[in-house]
Amino acid sequence: MAAQRLIDAAKAAGITAIMGFALIGLELIDQPGGETLASRWQTLAAAVAIVFLGCLALSAIPAIRVRPLHRASPIFASAGRALPWTLVAFALLLPALPIANRGVIDAATEILIYVMLGWGLNIVTGLAGLLDLGYVAFFAIGAYTYAILATQIGLSFWACVPIAAAMASAAGLLIGFPVLRLRGDYFAIVTLGFGQIVRIVINNWRSLTNGSQGIAGVPRPSFFGLADFTASPTSGHRTFHELFGIAYSPMQRVIFLYYVALALALAVNLFTLRIRRLPIGHAWEALREDEIACQALGIDRRRVKLAAFAIGAAWGGVAGALFPAKQQGFVSPESFGFMESAMITAIVVLGGMGSQLGIVLAALILVGLPELFREFEQYRMLAFGLSMILIMRFRPRGLVSTRRPSVVLE
Amino acid sequence: MSAPLLAIRDLTMRFGGLLAIDCVSFDVAPGAVTALIGPNGAGKTTLFNCLTGFYRPTAGNLILDTGGARRELAGLTGHRIARLGIARTFQNIRLFPRMTVLENLMVAQHTALMRASVFSIAGLLSLASYRRAEKEAIDRARYWLDRVGLLSRANAEAGSLAYGQQRRLEIVRALCTEPRLLCLDEPAAGLNATESGELARFLRGLTTELGIAVLLIEHDMSVVMGVSDRIVVLDYGRKIAEGTPAEIRADKAVIAAYLGEPAAAVA
Repeated sequence: MAAQRLIDAAKAAGITAIMGFALIGLELIDQPGGETLASRWQTLAAAVAIVFLGCLALSAIPAIRVRPLHRASPIFASAGRALPWTLVAFALLLPALPIANRGVIDAATEILIYVMLGWGLNIVTGLAGLLDLGYVAFFAIGAYTYAILATQIGLSFWACVPIAAAMASAAGLLIGFPVLRLRGDYFAIVTLGFGQIVRIVINNWRSLTNGSQGIAGVPRPSFFGLADFTASPTSGHRTFHELFGIAYSPMQRVIFLYYVALALALAVNLFTLRIRRLPIGHAWEALREDEIACQALGIDRRRVKLAAFAIGAAWGGVAGALFPAKQQGFVSPESFGFMESAMITAIVVLGGMGSQLGIVLAALILVGLPELFREFEQYRMLAFGLSMILIMRFRPRGLVSTRRPSVVLE
Repeated sequence: MSAPLLAIRDLTMRFGGLLAIDCVSFDVAPGAVTALIGPNGAGKTTLFNCLTGFYRPTAGNLILDTGGARRELAGLTGHRIARLGIARTFQNIRLFPRMTVLENLMVAQHTALMRASVFSIAGLLSLASYRRAEKEAIDRARYWLDRVGLLSRANAEAGSLAYGQQRRLEIVRALCTEPRLLCLDEPAAGLNATESGELARFLRGLTTELGIAVLLIEHDMSVVMGVSDRIVVLDYGRKIAEGTPAEIRADKAVIAAYLGEPAAAVA
């Protein structure tokens, strides 16, 4: 046993030495008059030593079996039931709490947008089991639909939300139709490609999207068309603070946007909770479990998958419409890269495929923490990778891995 | 004999150079149990796969009597055939393991419930018409679960059931689609003597009480001989015999296929 541990640790150290040879051991120094190569063998040796000792230490710890918390103790079970309502109450009260400054509310809005995206993708990936790596495309289509319609035709935010949903949904059908014959990894790769294609089209269709410079000056949502969030009235529009007879504060707009995001997110959640109990929702989950059996029960797999794709995409489009409003009225293709797609997928996978609550927790961790610790931004990817590894090691089925039955027989 | 429910005519399935089914013809009578037997690799499951739309037959006809109209099944997709009233189970059980027992049976009633949910709109709004359909579906599930003794496990994950229970669940899931013809692929595999006895009684009940036709692939001869009205024997993709259990038991070609030629056995 002890010898085996030593051998394992030595192997890990060996791999570190090979991989670190160029990555850690060599350094390219940019000097006037050319670049020179310097060596950092001490650092490499330290890394190898850390891996070796770390492996030994890890193998000395007896294997830990993490039980689901709700089974570990009844206290956690009741806490688990109360958690969703606690989160909703917290979200509703957040702007009134003393910690709420502009940064916090902005971060919370950002988290809500990602929660919404996670819930939208959850229909496709969590319920129907289709690993879609290009979901960000629908986010982008929603954002650009709003940005273009608002700046060129002058449609209001509230008119654009359903249009953004419809456009994203149509794109979902268009993209979904050819790729639904594929499964698993192949499906993931093709959707990954489609996600990039949409971004590249936006980047190059200058006449419509203004290319890589993006669209600036997208009007922010008004107070349901009744009033604007400006300090003084502009061209016949009333202002929010006058409407309610309160003093002007730039926070009013930020808080209003936050509540809009919260309301839309809760709408997505209600929709998903309800549709899970309907035959289409049952068919999605059944499809994830066993496609062959579905076919034998008379389920048209392509139609059911297309429905998942179109509906998931529609919610992505709704989240997209919120995006330029949050970004000071600016939108550019840069915001819809593969990193964003990976982030949304990570939220769904880490949250626990199919779990609405898990997605909220994962979004809080993956989006919220980096927003709060902006000073450590350069370590963001490091933390991202570390959290992925920890989840895979200790909770391979996601943060919330319990599945609630959609229909119960008393 | 009355008009057949399903007429299989010159069915042929070829995989490259392999002739898996070679011009097989037989009838499946309504309200009766027809057994399909034969040594391993005889083409029984392939025939099921052709019949239920998982394979497209190379040649031949599969004609189903859908209550008046006669429909050609060859060339239809699997879910269409299922909707015409042919349900099946699989040799290696295919449940939805992470869904509950009841949910498995709700999925089986997808077609009827989808119609009631009207593009999910009636369902999302929870209209009375949809709630009624949902209640009917739950009642049907309850009825079948009760018949096979699984009612107490209705809210358990299907994957957590014992093997014999999973077999029963797969059969009642197929029955929840309200089929005319139920195709069972080795339903007694892995069951003990008591359980296979119960299975045989259950299948007889289906045909006599509900008039459902059963097409049965089975190796357990006690089940086959006890429950079948007619038996069709396949060997190397050809039909070598057809008849009542008594006739099949005495058939020389069948004995040879199962035990080898007498000359070969001596040598």
